[in-house]
Amino acid sequence: MTWFSFLGALEQGFVYGIMALGVYLTFRVLDFPDLTVDGSLPLGASVSAVAITAGIDPFVSLLMAAGAGFMAGAVTAVLNTKLKILHLLASILTMIALYSINIRIMDGPNVSLLGKATVLDPLLGLGMSGYVAAPLAFAGVAVTVTGLLIWFLHTELGQALLATGDNPQMIVSQGVNTHNLIIFGVGLSNAMVAFSGALIAQNQGAADANMGVGTIIAGLASVIVGETVLGTKGIFRACFAAIIGSVIYRLAIAMALSMKWGAFSFTPSDLNLITALLVVLALTAPKLKERFGLG
Amino acid sequence: MIAIEHLVKYFNRRGVNEVIALSGIDLTIERGEFITVIGSNGAGKSTLLNCLAGTFRHDEGRIVINGKDISPWPEYRRARFIGRVFQNPLTGTCASLTIEQNMALAFRRGARRGLSFGVKAAYRREFMERLAMLGLGLEHRLKNAVGLLSGGQRQALTMLMASLVQPELLLLDEHTAALDPKTARKILDLTRCIVSEEHLTTLMVTHNMKQALAFGSRLLMLHNGRVILDVKEDEKRSLTKDDLLSRFYDMQGEEVESDRMLLT
Ligand SMILES: Nc1ncnc2c1ncn2[C@@H]1O[C@H](COP(=O)(O)OP(=O)(O)OP(=O)(O)O)[C@@H](O)[C@H]1O
Ligand SMILES: [Mg+2]
Repeated sequence: MTWFSFLGALEQGFVYGIMALGVYLTFRVLDFPDLTVDGSLPLGASVSAVAITAGIDPFVSLLMAAGAGFMAGAVTAVLNTKLKILHLLASILTMIALYSINIRIMDGPNVSLLGKATVLDPLLGLGMSGYVAAPLAFAGVAVTVTGLLIWFLHTELGQALLATGDNPQMIVSQGVNTHNLIIFGVGLSNAMVAFSGALIAQNQGAADANMGVGTIIAGLASVIVGETVLGTKGIFRACFAAIIGSVIYRLAIAMALSMKWGAFSFTPSDLNLITALLVVLALTAPKLKERFGLG
Repeated sequence: MIAIEHLVKYFNRRGVNEVIALSGIDLTIERGEFITVIGSNGAGKSTLLNCLAGTFRHDEGRIVINGKDISPWPEYRRARFIGRVFQNPLTGTCASLTIEQNMALAFRRGARRGLSFGVKAAYRREFMERLAMLGLGLEHRLKNAVGLLSGGQRQALTMLMASLVQPELLLLDEHTAALDPKTARKILDLTRCIVSEEHLTTLMVTHNMKQALAFGSRLLMLHNGRVILDVKEDEKRSLTKDDLLSRFYDMQGEEVESDRMLLT
């Protein structure tokens, strides 16, 4: 792996790490398997790209993207809690609806941001080159978002959210409206995912209706890899595990893509297979360790 | 004061499996009354408690607490008035949260939850004092996840949490049934202690007639969704297990033979 592809993997790891944090919030905290993310990541990208081309400040466009993501997540959660549609199905419905919506927002399958202002401009303005500025900036943003989530999960509201995922009967009898909390939590998760999508679009210079494919798998892989490496003891550890898992995941992919055995090498279309194998490995690692008495 | 007026609850109403679980319960509960509830399997005891808590919606009748008809209120809203301990010791607490986090959640029962820290430093002293009452050493384990505790310890914690914010009504549904006899006795002692100290209005379901006679100021017997016996104070004190059994036979005839009430 070259220095250049290493920095690229770090950059991807941190920016997709914010998405992984959102996946952690639904899958682990709320126990709500949410596939909306495959639609809300490009939603954030579309909203931000269209806003920027309309002359809106790129930082403001991030907030707009997060707001749109929140609404998408809230729709999924309303379908589940109020209309009693199974969570998995509810999220798939929102996800496919978002595909159409994203194309409407962009008025086409993609929007180019080449030559447009982005949130990385202030760093580039300091004379930093793009492939150093991006990983640095995204690391900063990812750590900040993680810190905010950790803080939130320790507040009264955040604790009620944790309890909602753990034991709904308990927290209802403590006076919490679990429906509202699930709507808020799934909304918050998708706000993070859309925020991540907006950063990705600005970084790669385009938003695309198909850029969300496989988001959920990448997110899950990150969460699970992170848990395997860092463990799940405590909110602090579990939150950082999502980010670190995302970085490890992207590094593993970059590594796999750089390998060569004679005439054979992996291509980007092999990524899904690699990801699936990685998740299986991470899921079984604890059991294998036990079985063979390692660690 | 709590008034239960002609409470009716069906399951699978108008379906092939229609069951009438409560067929018109009328009950007035005075403040501070400690009521034990007995009855055979399927008599409607749990259904009554669940209807009061709002877990199930009743089909007819009213539930009035302090003059307010709370019938349309959802479960989370009624929680402001109601403390609960469940039969399953795992139901009342969150396994992945610590003891102090669980207690802090209970400390805000029925109150607004905002963005201040869930576990405030000022709470800890009070939590430790309360936990020390249990005599289980839990006051030194505030930061342990509740999942690490035994069923009995969790039930004791749930009992404490149910009374952390004083409830208008405490609902106990066979809350010692899943525990070994020694632990069950401990939880019962704790129940008696908390209920009498805080003068809590309490409904306690039990399958143990001795318990039903020994505890509380009033005894209800339910059968087929109806109250078939309601005795208070002196009358309750003079009641014996044989009285209860004969009352039981009167109502049920032979079908009682297989009932597990006879065994206890
Ligand atoms: N969720 C439900 N769906 C359908 N029927 C139910 C449901 N819950 C209870 N029932 C029925 O309602 C009746 C009353 O049940 P309930 O659980 O209140 O009895 P109980 O007095 O608590 O009995 P036990 O001593 O066995 O706990 C029973 O006939 C039962 O089969
Ligand atoms: Mg019952």
